[in-house]
Amino acid sequence: MSNHHHKETFITKYVFSTDHKMISKQYLVTGIFMGIIGVFMSMLFRLQIAWPDTSFSIIEAFLGRHQDGGVMSPDIYLAIVTIHGTIMVFFVLTAGLSGTFSNLLIPLQIGARDMASGFLNMVSYWLFFLSSVIMLSSLFVEAGPAAAGWTIYPPLSALPQAIPGSGMGMTLWLISMAIFIASSLMGSLNYIVTVINLRTVGMTMTKLPLTIWAFFVTAIIGVVSFPVLLSAALLLIFDRSFGTSFYLSDIFIQGEVLHYQGGSPVLFEHLFWFLGHPEVYIVILPAMGIVSEIIACNSRKPIFGYRAMIGSIMAIAFLSTIVWGHHMFVSGMNPFLGSVFTFTTLLIAIPSAVKAFNWITTLWKGNLQMNPAMLFSIGFVSTFISGGLTGLVLGDSALDINVHDTYFVVAHFHLVMGVSAIYGMFAGVYHWFPKMYGRMMNKALGYWHFWFTVIAAYGVFFPMHFVGLAGLPRRYYANTAFPLFDDVADVNIVITMFAILGGAAQIIFLTNFFISIYKGKKATQNPWKSNTLEWTTPVAHVHGNWPGELPAVHRWPYDYSKPGHAEDYVSQITPLYDGEEES
Amino acid sequence: MTALFYILLVIAIGIAMWQIISIFNLKGVIATEKDNNTQGILFAIFGIFFYGLMIFSFWKYSVILLPESASIEGARIDNLYVVTMLLILSVQAITQFLLFYFAFKYRGIKGRKALFYADSHKLEMIWTIIPAVVLAGLVLYGLSVWNDVMDASDADNPLIVELYAKQFQWEARYAGADNELGRANVRNIKGINTMGVDMTDKNSIDDIPTRELHLPKGRQVIFKFRSQDVLHSAYMPHFRAQMNCVPGMVTQFSFTPNMTTQEMRANKKTIAKVEGINKIRAEKGEDIYEFDYLLLCNKICGASHYNMQMKIIVEEETAFNSWLSGQKTIAEVVQ
Repeated sequence: MSNHHHKETFITKYVFSTDHKMISKQYLVTGIFMGIIGVFMSMLFRLQIAWPDTSFSIIEAFLGRHQDGGVMSPDIYLAIVTIHGTIMVFFVLTAGLSGTFSNLLIPLQIGARDMASGFLNMVSYWLFFLSSVIMLSSLFVEAGPAAAGWTIYPPLSALPQAIPGSGMGMTLWLISMAIFIASSLMGSLNYIVTVINLRTVGMTMTKLPLTIWAFFVTAIIGVVSFPVLLSAALLLIFDRSFGTSFYLSDIFIQGEVLHYQGGSPVLFEHLFWFLGHPEVYIVILPAMGIVSEIIACNSRKPIFGYRAMIGSIMAIAFLSTIVWGHHMFVSGMNPFLGSVFTFTTLLIAIPSAVKAFNWITTLWKGNLQMNPAMLFSIGFVSTFISGGLTGLVLGDSALDINVHDTYFVVAHFHLVMGVSAIYGMFAGVYHWFPKMYGRMMNKALGYWHFWFTVIAAYGVFFPMHFVGLAGLPRRYYANTAFPLFDDVADVNIVITMFAILGGAAQIIFLTNFFISIYKGKKATQNPWKSNTLEWTTPVAHVHGNWPGELPAVHRWPYDYSKPGHAEDYVSQITPLYDGEEES
Repeated sequence: MTALFYILLVIAIGIAMWQIISIFNLKGVIATEKDNNTQGILFAIFGIFFYGLMIFSFWKYSVILLPESASIEGARIDNLYVVTMLLILSVQAITQFLLFYFAFKYRGIKGRKALFYADSHKLEMIWTIIPAVVLAGLVLYGLSVWNDVMDASDADNPLIVELYAKQFQWEARYAGADNELGRANVRNIKGINTMGVDMTDKNSIDDIPTRELHLPKGRQVIFKFRSQDVLHSAYMPHFRAQMNCVPGMVTQFSFTPNMTTQEMRANKKTIAKVEGINKIRAEKGEDIYEFDYLLLCNKICGASHYNMQMKIIVEEETAFNSWLSGQKTIAEVVQ
């Protein structure tokens, strides 16, 4: 494997690299770039929600022909809401988060020289890159990008007569997602094979850090569910382009009856959510793994209930594949199915509660090192609880009737899988930045970044629950058509102000990130005094990760503050001393 | 060009920030004891802010919430909602307190060793079994409400109404004297027959199409939903009612209104909400708003999704009957 002998060119080292560490950085930077666009879009539509009919030069500057005198059109409003959702869920929180940290950490933490297939890994990244380019290029088509919501329910997404974004914009969306899914599958298969086959001597499954468990299980859910979205997308392409009727039936639009007969949009909803729901766990599980690792390390304590944590990851993963129908309680499906999905959905609260309590117990009687990564991990636990609890309302079919598709849902999922997963990603970046770039990020900027972000995030999403409980549907271009919602306008202004604060706070992060790559303080080998294997590799990257032999593992990764050791951490490569009991 | 200006502005802010920080603390990268102390205290302060924000929001925003349910089934949903919310808020209050308190209390001190505490089956059993038992109760309660709301098979002389959705408008059709809706399909749409009612079906003749939804108080209404083009969702928040309208199929939902429009206007919560709205409207110089029940579209359906609505009027049964008898049947309209 070791590549010391032949020289690497710029192209093989930085562009078409097969080294997992470089690919991980490529994922991260692409993810951050997409994140900037996704967050910026949310700023634009928050302006519209708070101050409809008000002219903004920033809207005039960025939306071109889709605005009139600084006021965006309803069609482009729906389009940027759609693309915001798509970019954040898939491009930032799936590829950006899982792609970055699975690639970086799987080989390093299990003691492998690289991924099982470096080539497949490279192809996976470049397909992701291609799908990002196609998604972004859809922003520039004449009629605007896809605008049927990130869930792209047909017939709206199938008929350009229904909304302009369902023309070329939607075609590009579908092509982009099909390529994205191929990329995601290559990545996931690679992760699974690597974890199963390439663990170093002594690294049994029960000695794996929780990060690896989370990435491993995430990859399995991805392989199980993403192909279903691909088939859903393919059938939609057939309906759109070849006149089939998988999802369409009995449609009269713009004065004419369309030929479609016998299809059902409900079928699409089933197929979409069969991926769509596991997808939120594909997003959140890696963040959970990252947070578990960072909380244990910075508390200087073993993660509480290691085996229960693994069990709950598996329970959540299993349940995630049998709950999709809770997005469809009022879709017209049989109410009996609604009962079944209510039951399975509320079951997820049990492993989730176990995880939350285990994190809190890990903090108890710890010696907390308040590094920026730790702050974001604590923030993660807080938003995961806040957002997760309202799932008890939405998962209960009877209660869902009245809050379905309102801002209550928007507040719920942003807290539990949007903000939480982003916190997990930030935590990961702060923690593993020295491993990626050999330098450290600045902590003062990290603190400012955290506190602004956490205040802004709660400032946005806490009041938003009330907007939903007032009955305001999501995806409304303006609520000026209803005097009933006039008193919600003030709340929306508060939310938008916090959103702008939160968006602006990310400039702190970007500054810190990009300047630290070049100017940050040089990292030491194990800056956080961590037990896991990645901190036994040299600071400067070498192909094959360890210059000599691969390390052998003798203990689990959570021997922090173990009695009988002088230091408060014991690396996994340290053999047990005579008479030491394994934890 | 303006866009470029904004982008450059952001970059300039970033560089300026970096410069300011580097003057004070270029090399600060790992938390010191002092940082642990400061950040721990900040978590305690944030905990207080967090509870403050929750209490403030409940106090300040409870006036904008929907008034009590205007249907019998909705009242059951509201009870379930109150029970669930009490549970959620108590768990939220306890867990967030523990989280922020521990972050404050156990902030790192140099030389102190953390407690090596890796496992406790007893504790884990506690927080597996307690949630399981509580959730079992919640599931059973929830499902009894759900089945009650969704099952209209035992309705006694229900009123049958079709709600018909299209971009960006609602229409209604009452089943008429025979209380049975005639067949309909978009392929029959022609001229004034905008809902595609099949006029060869004898059940169709006495159907009554309307552009306003009137409902009688105290009589169960079974809604049949259809859509002409894309997905829509019929959302009637005051009755805790919602169902998607799906092209190619007929969906159903039912409820029993128990408060007339007049009664709801006299409701204490409604009065408070309407007062608040009218204060805002007065400032903007808009006319006075009077409360009405509404049917909204709650599934993204196109450009004017945000303005797809229909007024609902709930009245005493006698008033309803006289209104309905004043409407033309579809046979009269189409001819």
